[in-house]
Amino acid sequence: MPVEIDIAHVARLARLDLSDEELEGYKHQLGVILEHAARVQTLEAGPNPENAHPLPLVNTFRDDVILPSLDRDEVMESAPETTDGYFVVPPAMEGE
Amino acid sequence: MSLIPAVAVAGRQLRNGETTAVRLLEGVLERAAGYEAQVHAYLTIDRERAMETAAQADSDLADGIDRGPLHGIPIALKDNMCTRGVETTAASQILAGYRPPYDATVVSRLGAGGAIVVGKTNLDEFAMGSSTENSAYGPTFNPWDTTRVAGGSSGGSAAAVAIGSAIAALGSDTGGSIRQPAALCGVVGMKPTYGTVSRYGLIAFASSLDQIGPLTRTVEDSALMLEVIWGHDPFDGTSYSGDYPDPKTGLERGVKGLRIGVVKELSGEGYEPAVEAATAAMVGKLEGAGVEVVEVSLPSFEIALSAYYLIAPAECSANLARFDGIRYGHRGEGATTEALMARSRAEGFGPEVTRRILLGTYALSAGYYDAFYGQAQRVRAAIQEDFGRAYQQVDVLVSPTSPTVAFEAGARTADPLAMYLSDICTIPSNLAGHPAISIPVGVDDQGLPIGFQVMAPPLGEEIMYQVAAEVERLAGFEVAPSLQQVAS
Repeated sequence: MPVEIDIAHVARLARLDLSDEELEGYKHQLGVILEHAARVQTLEAGPNPENAHPLPLVNTFRDDVILPSLDRDEVMESAPETTDGYFVVPPAMEGE
Repeated sequence: MSLIPAVAVAGRQLRNGETTAVRLLEGVLERAAGYEAQVHAYLTIDRERAMETAAQADSDLADGIDRGPLHGIPIALKDNMCTRGVETTAASQILAGYRPPYDATVVSRLGAGGAIVVGKTNLDEFAMGSSTENSAYGPTFNPWDTTRVAGGSSGGSAAAVAIGSAIAALGSDTGGSIRQPAALCGVVGMKPTYGTVSRYGLIAFASSLDQIGPLTRTVEDSALMLEVIWGHDPFDGTSYSGDYPDPKTGLERGVKGLRIGVVKELSGEGYEPAVEAATAAMVGKLEGAGVEVVEVSLPSFEIALSAYYLIAPAECSANLARFDGIRYGHRGEGATTEALMARSRAEGFGPEVTRRILLGTYALSAGYYDAFYGQAQRVRAAIQEDFGRAYQQVDVLVSPTSPTVAFEAGARTADPLAMYLSDICTIPSNLAGHPAISIPVGVDDQGLPIGFQVMAPPLGEEIMYQVAAEVERLAGFEVAPSLQQVAS
């Protein structure tokens, strides 16, 4: 069963700026992989997949106390551009 | 070149004064210098820091401070584990030059256990691959035949242990990424029960499947290393907080009276005759050693690969959203924030990572979610049920680790699906979250290693190691890659 893929839409959702040629290549490969992956649909009325963890874990919480955390300056050192402890990015919207 | 001992042997030599941590480290560095040009197991070797910690380990031991079985042992880390101040790239351009501000929990545990970190090993970018050819920094080659792949994604760790440029290593296993390269490189590779080794500081690929584990020369070393790295960690929300088994207790026990299941679905078409023959021979030897062998069928295994290639990319597409060129990593040009993110990601991710992000985004997108991701989760539950039924009948399950021996470099890079099939035997344990180990049991007629897989129920590490130790004894396999024989 061939799978329908709007590859430009998927790339937009994934925030990947790919060329038309790249998109065409990935569309073809995804088609082949998804055709194989579609075999999951052959499983009839399966069990309830609610808990994927092999051990009986429930939500884990910790006490609401302040613990030491990473040093902010050290963390900011990894950023391509910062100012006064903030990350610098271009405008969020086009224009101006 | 000096002989590279196993962890347990080196530990005895350290304590009776036959060697020192510095000498052990010099031995593995000498091997790295001799073989790196052909094998390319490492992305970073931190010689200076390693020498300092080794000297400290020696002086500690002289002062009577003994930090346990890994004290003074030179160990390699897959480069998707964060090391404070030491470049950590996950073999991606998007993290070139990244120096994490913290250590992964496993790195802290190794440090507290006195281990010496030699360096960071090569991998498929973000651990996505089965050959270590997807590294942005060039492939790792197999020490048994350098025209062939080392397997992946922990190919650098497997090759380093095989050639002796580390005594042991850590890898991560999402669909077989420890066990498959271990099989292809002729070493022992083990994936623990999900939740038992902290994922804090492991660069996430698919969080419900990822698990860190040891690559070693022997089964005993694997158990020794596991004991150091596992345990509850409050920094990992999926970390197991109950009682942990002792992985060492069964090592000398033998297998008499155990029941072993041979998985029917993990054989047949696509499996090399030499792999099937080696598997059957080992099953026969186990029977001779007193186990009852039963053939078991786990029908859901037929569609495990399909489920995996929906679940893992779906999780990867969410996990890798954090790489956007803003807080760390490569930044591209863009007039708006969104354009900058999309450009940074397109420039920073290689083709396999891009492919999986697209695949996962598609599988999670409106209109396709139920048919793909939702259905894959039901398959996952069916696999857990099949395992559960099998373990009512048998103590452990066995199969080949990989359907083939190490394949030629470049042979599968153009066909993603063919590459994905490398993981067909290892994926079910990840989807179920169960422990599994690969032990080398022989070579094919070209001298390439063959791995044998032992799978166990959750927290079944004790019985898993019990059987693995017997497999190792029965196989009598020697970790002696041809490259090493030629050069030494």
